[in-house]
Amino acid sequence: MDLYDWLLFLHVLSAFLAVGALTALWALVLSSRGATPTLAPASAMRFGQTAGIVVGIGMMGAIIFGIWLAIDVDGYELWDPWILISIVIWAISGSAGGQAGKAFATGTPEGRRAGIRYQAVNSVGLFVILLLMIWKPGA
Amino acid sequence: MSVLASIRPDEVNFPLFLHVFGAMLLVGTLFAVALATVLAWRRPDDAVGLTRFSLLTLLMGVLPAYILMRIGAQWTESQENFPDDFDPTWLGIGYITADAGALLVLISLILGAVGLRKLRSGSGGVGFGRAVGVICILLLAAYVVAVWAMTTKPT
Repeated sequence: MDLYDWLLFLHVLSAFLAVGALTALWALVLSSRGATPTLAPASAMRFGQTAGIVVGIGMMGAIIFGIWLAIDVDGYELWDPWILISIVIWAISGSAGGQAGKAFATGTPEGRRAGIRYQAVNSVGLFVILLLMIWKPGA
Repeated sequence: MSVLASIRPDEVNFPLFLHVFGAMLLVGTLFAVALATVLAWRRPDDAVGLTRFSLLTLLMGVLPAYILMRIGAQWTESQENFPDDFDPTWLGIGYITADAGALLVLISLILGAVGLRKLRSGSGGVGFGRAVGVICILLLAAYVVAVWAMTTKPT
């Protein structure tokens, strides 16, 4: 395996971590609806904190190895529109993810509603980045 | 070489997107089941709630994600128009992890359904949840290998 192989593997694995843990967080949101949620609040909080940390690790890995790839690969530049747009969306998405964690941590119904909104922004952002990574418009 | 590796026919993009997105959802639902199982082990006071959560996630999330991933994989391969004798190692690893994974997913779904029924009737079920959690951790390990094979494409 050469450097390109390692970078691509770690970039994609990080993306899987981020989207995977975000999927787990949506499962948590769905299961904690209503008057009798499936999980006790303490368990839900622990689950959410752990999955949130994994989302953060995945997003950091994806951007670090992604930028490294863009520098390493001859055909790509950091200022290619699809890469630049992805980096901007990643920043917005990451910020929303951080806000979601803070909102959920308040443990209030208002915090939960705000957390869901921020998590939706985070998810849509990662979804759009996935589309850009597959289609690579302009590449 | 790197540039060549990034070029693919346009008609492959949508099936590839379905394959990758399905695989990400599959990994996510398996991760949720595995994490809830580990937490249930460490928090015996809420083991029933965590096990119920993990089994519901398994039954509602894993199978649709697997189907999306598998259909996307087959569609991608058909759009790639590989020659008949094209049989690289990475594709073989993909098939092995997907098809052996299907068997493990099926076993875990059966165990999960039985476990959920036992939880609802109040006659146990946590043990079934733990067995399902162990299977999901094994599947996650296998899918890390699959991601490695799909990205590095060893010959």
